[in-house]
Amino acid sequence: MSAIAKTDEISGSTALDPTTAQNKNVFDHIHSWLVTVDHKKLGLMYIMYGLFFFVVAGIEAALIRIQLAVPNNHFLPPQIFNQLFTMHGTTMVFLVGMPLIFGFANYLVPLMIGARDLAFPRLNAFGFWLSVLGGLLLYFSFIGGEGMTGAGSAPDVGWFAYAPLTAKAFSKGHSTDYWILGVLIGGFGSVATAVNVISTILCMRCRGMTLTKMPLLVWLNLIMCGMVLLAVTPLTAAQIMLLLDRFVGSHFFDTQAGGSATLWMHFFWIFGHPEVYILVIPAFAIASEIIPVFSRKAIFGYPAMVGATIAIAFVSMSVWAHHMFTIGMTSAGNTFFVVSTMTVGIPTGIKIFNWLGTMWGGKLRFETPMLFSIAFVFHLLIMGLTGIMLSAAPFNWQLNASYFVVAHFHYVLVGAIVFMIFAGTYYWFPKATGRLLSDRLGKWHFWLFLIGFHMTFDTMHLPGVLGMPRRIYTYEAGRGWGTLNLICTLGAAVQGVAVLVFVCNILGSIRKGQRAGADPWDAWTLEWSTSSPPPEYNFAEIPIVRSRRPLWDIKHPTDPDWKYE
Amino acid sequence: MPQSQQRTGFSKSRRVMSRLAAGLVLRSILILTPVSIFAREKVDLTLVPSIFAPESVPAHSITHLAGFVLAVTGAIFLIVGGLLVYAVVRFRRRKDDDGTEPAQIYGSGPVESAWTIVPILIVVVLALATARVVHEIQDARQPAGALEVQVIGHQWWWEVRYPKLGIVTANELHVPVSHGGVSRPTFLDLRSADVVHSFWVPRLAGKTDLIPNKINSMWIEPERTGLFLGQCAKYCGTQHAKMLLRVYVDTPEDFDRWAKEQAQNAEKDSTASAGRLVFEQTACINCHAIKGTVANGRFGPDLTHLMSRDTLASCVLSNSPQNLRAWIKAPEQFKPGVLMPAMNLTDADLDHVVSYLATLK
Repeated sequence: MSAIAKTDEISGSTALDPTTAQNKNVFDHIHSWLVTVDHKKLGLMYIMYGLFFFVVAGIEAALIRIQLAVPNNHFLPPQIFNQLFTMHGTTMVFLVGMPLIFGFANYLVPLMIGARDLAFPRLNAFGFWLSVLGGLLLYFSFIGGEGMTGAGSAPDVGWFAYAPLTAKAFSKGHSTDYWILGVLIGGFGSVATAVNVISTILCMRCRGMTLTKMPLLVWLNLIMCGMVLLAVTPLTAAQIMLLLDRFVGSHFFDTQAGGSATLWMHFFWIFGHPEVYILVIPAFAIASEIIPVFSRKAIFGYPAMVGATIAIAFVSMSVWAHHMFTIGMTSAGNTFFVVSTMTVGIPTGIKIFNWLGTMWGGKLRFETPMLFSIAFVFHLLIMGLTGIMLSAAPFNWQLNASYFVVAHFHYVLVGAIVFMIFAGTYYWFPKATGRLLSDRLGKWHFWLFLIGFHMTFDTMHLPGVLGMPRRIYTYEAGRGWGTLNLICTLGAAVQGVAVLVFVCNILGSIRKGQRAGADPWDAWTLEWSTSSPPPEYNFAEIPIVRSRRPLWDIKHPTDPDWKYE
Repeated sequence: MPQSQQRTGFSKSRRVMSRLAAGLVLRSILILTPVSIFAREKVDLTLVPSIFAPESVPAHSITHLAGFVLAVTGAIFLIVGGLLVYAVVRFRRRKDDDGTEPAQIYGSGPVESAWTIVPILIVVVLALATARVVHEIQDARQPAGALEVQVIGHQWWWEVRYPKLGIVTANELHVPVSHGGVSRPTFLDLRSADVVHSFWVPRLAGKTDLIPNKINSMWIEPERTGLFLGQCAKYCGTQHAKMLLRVYVDTPEDFDRWAKEQAQNAEKDSTASAGRLVFEQTACINCHAIKGTVANGRFGPDLTHLMSRDTLASCVLSNSPQNLRAWIKAPEQFKPGVLMPAMNLTDADLDHVVSYLATLK
């Protein structure tokens, strides 16, 4: 004992024995989170950060819906409305979607491949804090946006910020600069984390886990991170060009001086379309873990699932101009993007069929994660079909930039991604906290959210068909849009209640939830082999695996998977 | 003639099928939205800019294609959605479950090949049908008798010019109808003076963007006279919502009469000379033009025949002297953020200007 004490005196830093560690006060706790490089803590911080902004963006959406509930409404002035939809979109993509998918990747990838952390833990922390800085900068615009010219104001250029609306001539003050910097810095964080996850997956898998024995979630996150490297970098380049336009007088996008508005569109959408898949592939990933466990069957067609995802990633890099069918491309150009876009439907169809095949012949358990996952498959089917409609260029000339498109991409972002984030939260919450979320509240949450979702977003297709463009702060009575918009708004209120139930469930269960144990779902992947919550080092002993479902092999020694794979 | 190519573009059976599907969609929309609610909202169905109520050749082609796509996707929805529902009901865990795991199936080559190949075939069919309509609409050649119109997007109004007819107007297009075998399509040449806008009149054609430094084109060929509503479809700044647009489809005689009147200079009406003085001595003329006078600004709408238009402020207000006066007095009140400033005229000057503008028939 005295020898240890002596060492402590010399180093002066390791005086924490287990008793003093338990007596840490609240500041020590906060400090331990602020300086952590542990992938689980960073993953949880990413998720909490994402959920916080999910609530913020939800409030923005609620204000937008109130304004649109009836024709000629004066609830919000146009300037505020335009800021709200810009901030809602930017927040949902960059401050909700990206942090949440990286949060799940961070938390789960090392646990699922039997590693003790990501390859570069400090780079991981760096990436997270960069994302936080990006988000804070964006929201600081509400008080600092106009800079020296007056009161603060948030950016109002739309989340894809078409040039030349972002040029100095049309966007005075500094709100657009906050938008550029916020997104730019968040993008650096994303690239850092993507590099990290790729390195981890390629280099740090436990013994026996060849690439073909990785859980699908790991495979899909690998693909997603590869896409981040390819897609976020053009956006970063475009943002830097835009900054140069605004601050040093270059003319990339400054049409008043001969710049090109379509150049920005190309840059933005060559990021923007893959970005949709960057967000939805992790949702696929979560579904590919949950559906087998709750169907009690191995995933159907594992190689096809991996292949289809790679195909989606590959094709999605060549479809960006389907966002630009109305800009006057040649008929040959339009046809190319029709064909490439429709092609995405094939691998997406394969994925849907494989999930169906997984459920086929199983014994389905309808706990909350599975309910969200089944709804997700249903929504994926619908969004895929409305996507086919939008990919038919002439049909798109009508539907583009209408509320039909708004409904379609909310089916993707809410119907798929948010549903799977909820599913994933119910599924892995017990792993992260040691306690289950209440299944009864979970079912309330699910059914309310499902009803609200369909009220809002099914209905929302119709005003688009009836000629209502997106991003209008008000509309005239007598065009047949009023009632439909009112239904959308009521649905949004139901969704708001559902999210409230979810928040209550989390807050209640985190202290009083039922104890989960290591493996509450009788699952098969490695994260369930360690305690809940896992120790800092994840695994006392690095596991050795022989199949895609190592825990199945342990639970069924007479009929292990490795005999068949 | 492009329109004859249009009409033969679809084989008859497919046309019938797609018509049927489009009709079904339209009807289900009407059923989903009870008629009583429409009544409460006082909706004039002829003014609802529905994409499924086409009245122009390219819009018809699009509706046909849309019907075909809807029929195919609808069938896929029923089949795959049905399989999902069946799986959820059929394979749910029963109450008397013995707790054993079901048979583990890792995949099936033939089944997986089937559900790869069938979607490929569907995509091929859809892509071909789509490519055909893209070609039909986009590559239609402009016939000799076509009307040429230039539309220039501004924040937040539409400048409309008929270069061959010497007409400059705003926000309200007049075009001739094509009927009785006489085809008079209108070819639009689209430009922007500032940011990106988009020209969208759903019942006449799909939308095409107006992009600075780029000249786009599109065409319409309306088959019925009447008023068709549209509006800017690309977010273009504060008042994007109130950048409305009207297209009046006239009989050829009405159109020719209208064109003749519009091409003339503003009439000189000596009773309004006081108002004209105010107009010409205030900053009004920096932005507005009145043909035949010193006013030749181009930032705002041309006012030469202001009173021949039904609306003011990009179709936001109906055109009456009272509305005109209120608009000139405080444009911000109707379109917050609008670029037209309130000139702070005295009430007397305001009256003079309004009575002058009221003479611009």
